[in-house]
Amino acid sequence: MSTESTPKESLFSKKNRKLLSDPLSDSNPITIQVLGICSALAITVQLQQAVIMSLSVLFVLIGGNVIVSLLRNLIPDRIRIIVQLVIVASLVIIVDQVLRAFQPDISEKLSVFVGLIITNCIIMGRLEAFALGNKPGPSFLDAIGNGMGYAWILLVVSIVRELFGSGAISLPGMGQVKFLPQEWFISNGGFYENNNLMILPPMALVTVGIIIWIQRSRNKALIEEN
Amino acid sequence: MAINKNSTGYTFTFAILMVVIVGTVLAFTAMSLKDRQAANAADKKMMDILGAIGVDANRSNASELFAEYVTERIAIDLSGKEVDRRSGALDMKDKSDPFSIDVQRDYRGSVKAAAKANKDDIAGLKSALSGANLTFPLFRCNSPEGKDVYVVPVVGSGLWGPIWGYVALESDMQTVYGAKFDHKTETPGLGAEIKETMFTEKWPGKRMNASGPVLFEVVKGGAPTSDYQVDGITGGTITSKGVGEMVNRTMAIYASYFKSQTQASAQR
Repeated sequence: MSTESTPKESLFSKKNRKLLSDPLSDSNPITIQVLGICSALAITVQLQQAVIMSLSVLFVLIGGNVIVSLLRNLIPDRIRIIVQLVIVASLVIIVDQVLRAFQPDISEKLSVFVGLIITNCIIMGRLEAFALGNKPGPSFLDAIGNGMGYAWILLVVSIVRELFGSGAISLPGMGQVKFLPQEWFISNGGFYENNNLMILPPMALVTVGIIIWIQRSRNKALIEEN
Repeated sequence: MAINKNSTGYTFTFAILMVVIVGTVLAFTAMSLKDRQAANAADKKMMDILGAIGVDANRSNASELFAEYVTERIAIDLSGKEVDRRSGALDMKDKSDPFSIDVQRDYRGSVKAAAKANKDDIAGLKSALSGANLTFPLFRCNSPEGKDVYVVPVVGSGLWGPIWGYVALESDMQTVYGAKFDHKTETPGLGAEIKETMFTEKWPGKRMNASGPVLFEVVKGGAPTSDYQVDGITGGTITSKGVGEMVNRTMAIYASYFKSQTQASAQR
């Protein structure tokens, strides 16, 4: 276990703070590692769905990372992927059940994508690459970092898509808030019409692509050689 | 460490322990949330029934509006005989209430296989189901315009998974008053469109075909030629067919009950 940090290190040492900040930008799971794209494309039509999805992934990631990290010296090597899968799957089932009980409408809209968190590569990736070789503290931070890295992309993409696709943004607890003046719309004699393409999955890919573009033009080190 | 982590015994012990712990946790979660989930499902059912008669309900007012518009909850058996009729307040805990009949479970359990084996053969379907001791629910409603309307739950199969819905008939038990459909996993933009008003708005005014073996059809391509046909969804052929199949099959089962009802009211 060479990657394990020294015992005296504080939870918020420089190295640990990097665990939090790196996934937000230079090693972002979606834009740099291009993991977890499937759900990012599918559930970013509305902000509200994206928020719930982000929270679900964050919960599963934190739970999975901490549990696997606590058990890292006990898990038999030969079945470690199965063990990780069982832990992730149980956490996802708990999330699904809780959503069904407390957020039935959103649970219906997210439908299969909550279940598909099990196969979200970010989660298995972090368990295998980080939690299995690190203490619970850093694993917890790593989970928050990566979860937030996933979340902010989802939030940005969903805000762009909902604003231009539906002309409104669904704020949790407030329903859809219409930001654009109603007299702008063609149906009310104005000049503006919602872009229906924004509602369709391809525009999520384009939006993610634009974020990747901006990110790489700001930090040239991220650009691949060929 | 004294224990050999790579031994088969350790691996097995770990796996067994893990499964037992995980199983317990999940069972506990499911049990403790069951009541809330059941209440949510009941609200959803009420919203769908109300949707079929054109009442737009949400989760907070569903039970209130249901009590206002749905006057009677009826159950019939396979031969079309009425076996139960309730009115007044709905008690969720009363599992014998027609509202609690789980048509989706019945469909998965016996109707689906029987319908597949007896395609377009209602007599065969009925005899195949005769042992299953099924009851079929029916909701008598007072529509917003004050009409006497009967809401029939329908269940069937789409392309990927289950589809279901509610068809409201006027008091002649022939004319469609309204309809509402839903699905679990149909393709967004294609089969999933059965959920949208774009599809359901074509239903009011259609009539069950009293003369032919086919009571109702969802047809492909172009305008429907008869008033027992409704235009299907482009690109959602199998889902559209599924909708037609479930409506036709369910109405055939209810037909003898409807016949007895209309005859009784004619004599009155």
